[in-house]
Amino acid sequence: MAAVEQLQSDAARDTKVRSRDVNVYYGEIHALKHVDLDIYANEVTSLIGPSGCGKSTYLRCLNRMNDVIDGCRVTGEIALDGDDIYDKSLDVVQLRARVGMVFQKPNPFPKSLFDNIAYGPRIHGLGTHKDELDEIVQSSLERAGLWNEVKDRLDKPGTGLSGGQQQRLCIARAIAVNPEVILMDEPCSALDPIATAKIEELIDELRTNFTIVIVTHSMQQAARVSQRTAFFHLGILVEVNETEQIFTNPSDERTQGYITGRFG
Amino acid sequence: MAVFVLIVVLLALSVVGYYMGRSRSVAVVDGQPSRLHSLPSYHGLYVALWCGLPAFVIVVAWLIFEPVIAQSMLMNNLPPKAETMGDDQLSLLVTDIKNLAQGNIVSGEVDPALQAAADSYAGVRDIGRIAMIVVGLAIAILGLVFGRKLIHGDLRARNQVERVLNIVMIIASTIAILTTIGIVLSLLFEALRFFARVPLTEFLFGLEWSPQTALRAEQVGSTGAFGAIPLFAGTLLITVIAMAVAAPIGLFSAIYMSEYAGPKVRSFAKPMLEILAGVPTVVYGFFAALTVAPFFRNAGESIGLSVSSESALAAGAVMGIMIIPFVSSLSDDVMNAVPQTLRDGAYALGATKSETIKQVIFPAALPGIVGGLLLAISRAIGETMIVVMAAGLAANLTANPLQAVTTVTVQIVTLLVGDQEFDSAKTLAAFALGLVLFIVTLSLNVVALNVVRKYREKYD
Repeated sequence: MAAVEQLQSDAARDTKVRSRDVNVYYGEIHALKHVDLDIYANEVTSLIGPSGCGKSTYLRCLNRMNDVIDGCRVTGEIALDGDDIYDKSLDVVQLRARVGMVFQKPNPFPKSLFDNIAYGPRIHGLGTHKDELDEIVQSSLERAGLWNEVKDRLDKPGTGLSGGQQQRLCIARAIAVNPEVILMDEPCSALDPIATAKIEELIDELRTNFTIVIVTHSMQQAARVSQRTAFFHLGILVEVNETEQIFTNPSDERTQGYITGRFG
Repeated sequence: MAVFVLIVVLLALSVVGYYMGRSRSVAVVDGQPSRLHSLPSYHGLYVALWCGLPAFVIVVAWLIFEPVIAQSMLMNNLPPKAETMGDDQLSLLVTDIKNLAQGNIVSGEVDPALQAAADSYAGVRDIGRIAMIVVGLAIAILGLVFGRKLIHGDLRARNQVERVLNIVMIIASTIAILTTIGIVLSLLFEALRFFARVPLTEFLFGLEWSPQTALRAEQVGSTGAFGAIPLFAGTLLITVIAMAVAAPIGLFSAIYMSEYAGPKVRSFAKPMLEILAGVPTVVYGFFAALTVAPFFRNAGESIGLSVSSESALAAGAVMGIMIIPFVSSLSDDVMNAVPQTLRDGAYALGATKSETIKQVIFPAALPGIVGGLLLAISRAIGETMIVVMAAGLAANLTANPLQAVTTVTVQIVTLLVGDQEFDSAKTLAAFALGLVLFIVTLSLNVVALNVVRKYREKYD
């Protein structure tokens, strides 16, 4: 298996999320088949593949967002820092505090900018005083590169921002609870090229503090932002490798076909 | 009867016109419909409209104006003794003549002069009716021939038919609007007549309601007092009780339905709840009066409270049950309309289900929920049957829910039930109350719909 060989050659790297034989079923449909994938700390891993290939499904396994979907069943083992996240004793609320998520469509709450960012810290009891929350809000917005644009209108609703600003607000909201891993499900697909460039730049900066997994339809984006790339096809993890390796010298012909635009 | 037959014949002629127009249109282009500007069926409708519409308009106009003309001919032709009569007697005489002409019973003796007037009136009506039928049919046939003649290949039949349909739709909606305006105006004018007798301030701020006025001059104790505050207070009390029942039950059931219930429970429970809205209010009324009110009275007695057998509590509680579906159904819809992405966003931050509902979904849906509550309130204020049966008639000014109170709607009913003279302050008071009720519920509805619309703009 390519993935296992890769694992050995990268023994020096720090594995953040370890998946072994992960299967996902939506009712009768077997959506994700026997996925073995390691995600390394402080790197950006991008998941690519044609629509319906299971990349978003895999992403949603990592913070158990699939739990919300009726009839969805996950088997196999996913471990975050060695702890099985599907273990019965694990509280999903704590898991999601450690694994944040940014969605395809910006989804700010219909609250003020401040309350949007402070929402996560509040429910996890991170900031009890106003000044603590102020500090978290400011630093989150600064890290998301949004502070200078919005610092004068923190009491205005988050829904009033432009699409790109909303998405950065959602990123700020996710990093406000200080997660270890951030999952991004096509975070730029609803944005224009300039907003996309800003988000990509942001992703690169965030890598120093967070482990990032990003699902994307744009292969250029995967090439620009990620260190490692995993290619999914029909629910199977076909190939995972260094991004450069995948785009210049893929070992599987399906990967070759997809990145050269022959299908997908 | 003759009019009915005429309408049927006109319809039949129009159907004939439709087929004639359709075949004619195909014929003028030598059987090649593709050369027509409009489809053959539009040509058919075009001829049918030419045939039916003018004739129909003429018949309707005739039906409206012919009695007026006949009456004025009758007035010119009255027996000589009418010259000296007053207005009342004159109108009685005219009614007598009309009744005689139609073979009904008349008041008093039939003298030859009256008989002659009646005969000539009947003659005028007969001629008028026959003329209407003849003219109607003639215009229909002329229209048929004329419309058929107009057909040629380039005729824009579709555009013209559609323009006619457009006008018909505009007229239909105008009728609805005009009816509303008419109702409001009649309320307004009658209310103004009331306020000419009872000052507006006394009506709005008076503390005593006792609408009995004296029929005879020497009657005692029936001078009438038209202070509506006790009614407003009673309405408010019952509405507050009803909302105290409906708002929590409705909201919690809506939250359960939209967020917790599985699809199976939901598909069963939601229609069951909505059945509550389908129960006739009169059934709620006797449920309140015969079951709930005695229950409250007995329960009160057993703990040493004196509860009136017609209490605001019983009426309000049952009304609350009735409006639960308004609250729950609307709130459920708005909460379902909150986008799934917002829920996902909250879950992904580690919020639990109840935190998500309390802090994200409920605030997002709040404008819609408030709109639903306001609609329920306006429904509660305007509700009549339950309070008529269960709340009582005594206009007590009290905040005690265990006593009998009365409401605006109850008083309107009691003021107008039975034989009444329609120019006493007592009956006119009903219009004033109705006007107040109308203004209150209308403004509540306007506010509620605006709130709901604002909310809709946000997520659609």
